[in-house]
Amino acid sequence: MVKINGVEGDFAGISVGEYLEKNGYVISRVAVERNGEIVPKAKYDSTALADGDVLEVVSFVGGG
Amino acid sequence: MEENFDFYRGAPHDAQKNEKGENFKNSEAFGARVPSITKEEMFSALASCHGKELQEKFSRARVAVCGLGGLGSNIALTLARAGIGRLRLIDFDTVALTNLNRQQYAACQIGMYKADALRQNLAAAAPYVECEAYRERITAENARELLCGCDIICEAFDGAEDKAMLVNFALENFPEKYITSSSGMAGMKPANTIVTRRVTKRFYLCGDGESDVDITGRIFPSRVALCAAHQAHAVLEIIAENF
Repeated sequence: MVKINGVEGDFAGISVGEYLEKNGYVISRVAVERNGEIVPKAKYDSTALADGDVLEVVSFVGGG
Repeated sequence: MEENFDFYRGAPHDAQKNEKGENFKNSEAFGARVPSITKEEMFSALASCHGKELQEKFSRARVAVCGLGGLGSNIALTLARAGIGRLRLIDFDTVALTNLNRQQYAACQIGMYKADALRQNLAAAAPYVECEAYRERITAENARELLCGCDIICEAFDGAEDKAMLVNFALENFPEKYITSSSGMAGMKPANTIVTRRVTKRFYLCGDGESDVDITGRIFPSRVALCAAHQAHAVLEIIAENF
């Protein structure tokens, strides 16, 4: 199981890029941390999620 | 009356009375008494509020504020008042009338570069803060150079893409620096929905996470200031815990 933003799901094997796309995230507005480390944007498609991973997806909104 | 009106351009005259009901002088608003305060007196006053050991840490810290709108101008003013040693203020834009509801500028500063105007305002509030004003737009191309020498970065942009760019850039390229950021402070939701979350060891995120100005269409001074205070406080916490 992979925990994403606090919720566990069966996402092992898919890439970070695939997960973001399937869940409607706008890539240019997100920052992704995997097990406490930033996932560089250039590595979204080559980073596969594995059992036990903890993912945080921060999706920014406008205003300031 | 005439000189008051010049300073507070467009403000009604009866709003310009001091506590005793006397007309407010320009010199009382900005700076006239500042030179009589020595650096030692200022430090001592700050140390009496924050503790000497912590004040010494604040004095040594170097913080970059990226974007000087509702978030950035409030963050910078709070950090200057706290006695942060060096502040780098970065924004390409100028002060506009629609900024005055939530940004720390005076009506007479409309048209000035925000970096220059804010530097003036910080100097009036905190005369010994070392302040650098950069009239530049931060991009992935110049961020490394613009943020060089800073310990902590405050992301205080308006646009979601710009926020994501800076946070990703900082976390990917500056493993030794800390970053605070804000997302979600538009609209009229309750004040208590604004929170600070430590996403990773070096990344603090403030806001309600969802109130997008492009969707709510409204942005209020109170919630923006709350969010800015969360971000400024995260900076002070980082310094207190790690410096």
